[in-house]
Amino acid sequence: MKELQGTSGLIFNEPLLWEKGKKGRSGFSMPRRDVVPSPLDERLVGDGPDFPDLSEVDVTRHYTRLSQWNFGVDTGMYPLGSCTMKYNPKINEREASLPGFAGAHPLLPQELSQGTLELMYLLEEYLAEITGMDAVTLQPAAGAHGELAGMLLMQAYHKSGGSNRSKIIVPDTAHGTNPASAALCGFQPVAIKSGEDGIIPAEIIAALMDEETAGIMITNPNTLGLFEENIRRIAEIVHSKGGLVYGDGANMNAVMGIVQMGKIGFDIMHLNLHKTFSTPHGGGGPGSGPVCVKSKLEPFLPVPRVIKKGNEYLLSGDFPESIGKLQAFYGNFGVMIKACSYIMSMGSDGLKRASQLAVLNANYIKESLRDVLYLPYDKECMHECVFSDKLQETQKITTLDMAKRLMDYGFHPPTIYFPLVVHGAMMIEPTETESKEDIDRFIQALKDITAEAGENPDLLKTAPVRPKLRRLDETTAARKPHLAE
Amino acid sequence: MRYLPHTEEDIISMLRAVDAETIDDLFSMIPEDCKTKGSLNLPEAMTEWELNAFMDNLAEKMAVSPKYKVFIGAGSYNHYIPESVSYLLGRSEFSTAYTPYQPEISQGTLQAIYEYQTLVTRLLGMEVANASMYDGASALAEALLMAARVTKRKKVAISGLIHPHYRDVVRTYLEPGDYEIVELPRLENGKTDISAVAGMDDCAAVAIQSPNFFGCIEDIRETGEIAHESGALLILSFTEPLAYGLFKNPGCQGTDIVCGEGQSFGIPQSFGGPGLGMFACRKKHVRDMPGRLVGKTTDMDGKAGFVLTLATREQHIRREKAKSNICTNNSLCALASAMYMASVGGTGMRELACLNYDKAEYLKRALREAGFEIPFDSPTFNEFVVNFGEGFKERYKKLMEELIIAGIPLDSWYPDLSGHYLLCVTETIGRAEMDNLIKGVRA
Repeated sequence: MKELQGTSGLIFNEPLLWEKGKKGRSGFSMPRRDVVPSPLDERLVGDGPDFPDLSEVDVTRHYTRLSQWNFGVDTGMYPLGSCTMKYNPKINEREASLPGFAGAHPLLPQELSQGTLELMYLLEEYLAEITGMDAVTLQPAAGAHGELAGMLLMQAYHKSGGSNRSKIIVPDTAHGTNPASAALCGFQPVAIKSGEDGIIPAEIIAALMDEETAGIMITNPNTLGLFEENIRRIAEIVHSKGGLVYGDGANMNAVMGIVQMGKIGFDIMHLNLHKTFSTPHGGGGPGSGPVCVKSKLEPFLPVPRVIKKGNEYLLSGDFPESIGKLQAFYGNFGVMIKACSYIMSMGSDGLKRASQLAVLNANYIKESLRDVLYLPYDKECMHECVFSDKLQETQKITTLDMAKRLMDYGFHPPTIYFPLVVHGAMMIEPTETESKEDIDRFIQALKDITAEAGENPDLLKTAPVRPKLRRLDETTAARKPHLAE
Repeated sequence: MRYLPHTEEDIISMLRAVDAETIDDLFSMIPEDCKTKGSLNLPEAMTEWELNAFMDNLAEKMAVSPKYKVFIGAGSYNHYIPESVSYLLGRSEFSTAYTPYQPEISQGTLQAIYEYQTLVTRLLGMEVANASMYDGASALAEALLMAARVTKRKKVAISGLIHPHYRDVVRTYLEPGDYEIVELPRLENGKTDISAVAGMDDCAAVAIQSPNFFGCIEDIRETGEIAHESGALLILSFTEPLAYGLFKNPGCQGTDIVCGEGQSFGIPQSFGGPGLGMFACRKKHVRDMPGRLVGKTTDMDGKAGFVLTLATREQHIRREKAKSNICTNNSLCALASAMYMASVGGTGMRELACLNYDKAEYLKRALREAGFEIPFDSPTFNEFVVNFGEGFKERYKKLMEELIIAGIPLDSWYPDLSGHYLLCVTETIGRAEMDNLIKGVRA
């Protein structure tokens, strides 16, 4: 086998925390005791937590070794479809850790928190411009939290108009969070099938939309990586029956500066700052899921809201129709700083360029792999493309096998088995921050893997062999859950 | 642009490969009337140093330690974060990874989260903890929904001494689903009056916070007994996990679900977020629990390892029938707190908790001696209520000019407590600074 990018370096086995250390050690610089001990009712006193005692060196080696078992964007290409694993600029980390931001108490008197409030106000303005919407809340903690906020807004809007609508239309290409968020608000999701070309036909919406239906949840571009071409017509139909159009902005990275969703019929839209706006995913959070709305929905946004009076920024809770609060304070401010820094570093032209190159990269991969992988929707894609394992079926090779083998080649696998409408889906989103050389290497890796599927399928069946661990037994993990020591 | 690696030459050859002449051709499937004309109205791109200057200027407008002495807790606490924690957390193998869907190359995150789950169960005295939620407030809302699923009841009783913002979030989550929320009043000693629960036979959960919003330690065991008699679960919320370094944990006192904010453990205050929703329950309820879980297993060669597990509760499989719509956790914050708990250690956690308690007691005593009323006589941890009197607002403003923030007024949440302030002291406040505060409030 020729030399691959992935290799096995010297990495260490590392036991669990409590198999290390010795009683009496500490990795913490304990402050000097400058007050006398005070008595306390013994009945209230506990034993103290059963934690290991470790030195700073123990802790540092432990987590350094653990980190070496992980694959991140900084390690290599991470083409996880619908997750927008773009490069996370380092300058943004510096801004977020400025003591004035990182050390700010959320309940400081407002005259002493003008810096954080101004930043939030600015970010709201930028996001409103990027989406073509009128107002923004930064409070939701993640995309799914933004969806929940969006559904609550939809419900509050209909209630204030005196109508009680129970249904909501959700296409089968939607993220699983969409129906789950809708259900949490008591809406009954009505699933619809996208057309043969992967696009929602306006006629289906016309047939379904009625005055019992609150609206529709649409991901645009959708999870097949296709632009919903009928969106204006669909929005007209939904609006004509008094409904609202909700946009899942998970795929906004395809259209920054190219489409403003607020101007083509969307009423509500959430963004993922951790996808489109380059903040690190953190191994699964913290994210941030701002919600952008048209003015008719502004009265219902979560409180408190940042407002500007003269040159002063204030937090106002004076919005009687608001859906209320979604988090203890104002949202994931630490994440907002990074997203705001990204927008200011990129500017209008930079953001548009990012989307253009994201789309170019995805189309380049699609065209380069079409001979070796099956393309269920063969048309121009946006920022991601979806293949399947149909051509490998006769070799009894699955998407999972190919994904696992990619690890041996030094790549993070794409999103697999999603969207559900494609059997054996493999959803590739390279993002704009991957260079042509890296993408060419990725393409070559998949070509080699599909060749291996014919010549030596065992290489795929037993993959991966190079990471610290091989395939794990997920069935036993779920049958006999072992969730803590 | 430094994050965009494409050269003109790359672009030309890639366009040729996809059979397009210009980049705009790639967007031809977007109807013309959907496309934005002209460019977005955003400020011109900044260089790194321009951005630094801009952000430095904003950050400098903030009143933060050490310049300011901030005696506010109320759900966000200023604890010292070891440099090693910040440094290790910056390792980008952790921060630039996504949810560990591919366990073979995510064992770092997975083992760390498994260790976090274990540390949380030990801290709270519970059997199972999840991989974390968004924050303490949304964790409480999810806990109430979980209790409703377990008991199949739609009424919940929540203490009026739970953080007012948490109660707001609970209302946001529960009201659309036709749940009934009963708010429990307070006793004169600063604890919750749970007598109303005794008569309820349709209650899914009783939720209290300990230490509560006034800093007082609640009677957890007694509350649990009353809740259980009526078939309800006991939910314990918290905003200050360090208290369990000293006080009895909720698990050993009959709590069914424990949920709270873990920001105190190694997470910067950051104007209130991101935080860390810690969430733990009894083993028998694990399949009704929201959020991600990491479990131990083995690989093909029999080596021990970790995977995400029990995903059949989750939205990406169950869609509208999921236990919660939550998709990810606050993984990096959970990691920070695990690093913090590991750094402080068992022995250190007790010592640090004692120090917080003793400092707050010092300040409490000194204020009492200075003639101020401490209205609630129940034991507290590192924060408590003091009655500075009706006319204190002016003095409070004056102290701000002297770079002291003398707690937070309670009257916007509790109109009957005008002149009352909630004060907090952690290990980051020295005795001299407390003496200064006392001098200031007396003047």
